[in-house]
Amino acid sequence: MGTLYEDLVDYGGEVFGKEHIETLKECVQCGKCTGGCPSGRNTALRTRKLMQMALLDMREEIFNAPELWYCTTCFTCYERCPKGVKTTDIIRTIRNLAAKEGHMSVPHRMIGVYVLKTGHAVPIGPDQMKLREKVGLDSQPPTTQKYPEYLKEVQEIFRTTGYDAMIDFDWETMNLRGMAKGGKK
Amino acid sequence: MAESLGTYAYFLGCITPNRYPGIEAATKKIFKEFGIETKEMVGASCCPAPGVFGSFDLHTWLPVAARNLAIAEEMELEIYTTCNGCYGSLQEADHLMKKHPSVKEKVNKVLAKFGREYKGTTKVNHSIVILHDVIGLDRIKEKIKKPMDDVNVAVHYGCHFLKPSEVRGHGSSETPYILEDLVRATGAKEVDYKDKLMCCGAGGGNRTADSVQSLEWMRQKLVNAIMAGCDCMVHPCAFCHLQLDRGQAEMNKAFGTNFNFPILFATQFIGLAMGMSQEELGLDAQTTTMPEKLLK
Repeated sequence: MGTLYEDLVDYGGEVFGKEHIETLKECVQCGKCTGGCPSGRNTALRTRKLMQMALLDMREEIFNAPELWYCTTCFTCYERCPKGVKTTDIIRTIRNLAAKEGHMSVPHRMIGVYVLKTGHAVPIGPDQMKLREKVGLDSQPPTTQKYPEYLKEVQEIFRTTGYDAMIDFDWETMNLRGMAKGGKK
Repeated sequence: MAESLGTYAYFLGCITPNRYPGIEAATKKIFKEFGIETKEMVGASCCPAPGVFGSFDLHTWLPVAARNLAIAEEMELEIYTTCNGCYGSLQEADHLMKKHPSVKEKVNKVLAKFGREYKGTTKVNHSIVILHDVIGLDRIKEKIKKPMDDVNVAVHYGCHFLKPSEVRGHGSSETPYILEDLVRATGAKEVDYKDKLMCCGAGGGNRTADSVQSLEWMRQKLVNAIMAGCDCMVHPCAFCHLQLDRGQAEMNKAFGTNFNFPILFATQFIGLAMGMSQEELGLDAQTTTMPEKLLK
């Protein structure tokens, strides 16, 4: 493990290219990101502060900040940053590292459960099948939720990248470990 | 029979087919009317949601998106979507793998486990761009049977259709024009309102992280549109639709309010103006109800 900055460049760099995440170094703390942030009007999210915390290697503080999860990835700050700091992608990468270290809420982990079970973050139910028929469509679209052989491909990706282990997914119950009966974890 | 304007693979995603099939029906009907043929993407999955899966693990997000792109490539077709999340996710994945060969190579090692390969031979389009650039405003105007002359429309873009603009390629994200043009083509008036370009509040896992805060954010947007005298909101994103439409019921419950501000996906709005019924377009089956003004 290096500094938070080094880890961000390594992990995010493999997807975005290192130079993309390295723009963090260009931040001059002008605050234009925070000024235009629609979340920041209603929440404690201060993008400028997150950028500074990342540069100051405040790993635990940033991973434990609830507001880290109040960014909707709207990209307003990303568009407006006068120094070209790729703010939104840096925030997504900070969240990736936080999630890897176990900072991930149960509702957030459940989204992964839905995809592992159906291939969809928002799966279909009987009522929605009727809605589809009402507008003249087949009761189910021809996607992974209809075809188990295709769902297996998506499950294979999750196994390969370790997403199943990251959310503590139990392949026996097809749910989060300890949540088979719908109990809270 | 309309002249043929091409064949596309429709990437459905999750919210469109599984919550708002009216959006799917409206888009397929209109496209057929204008000579765009739609093919289903058999075996496609969640895009997966860029703000959500991109926030939890980019290294899982990318191969799932690449697998969806590979399905369209096998069909030898370009994609269209009816959700900014799907559009954003697939287009960004395509962009990153084209820009970085090493990223593409790594992703293909994962896809090879089940015999698929991302080659980079498809293109990801948004349905409103097909409407605007392929079908075109003139053809749309010709098909308007019930002009929306006295209707004031609040345009809502959502985020990932326009941003990041360096990837999306629809010009400046601060001065968009595509939805405005489409709304005006129906005869309606596009009305500017405070924070028109603001997010719906749902993305990036925020709706899941804190629903009340996310609903308050949306409430502010709706109030701004209502104060500007708008009759309805027209948008290009199934995920925004979930937040803006169903979210009004959740918001009324959370805050004791009584909002019923009509929310329409772009093809549903154009469908009404083309003389289709609200039942055909699934507008009778959603939370917010359509006023007479839109149905006359």
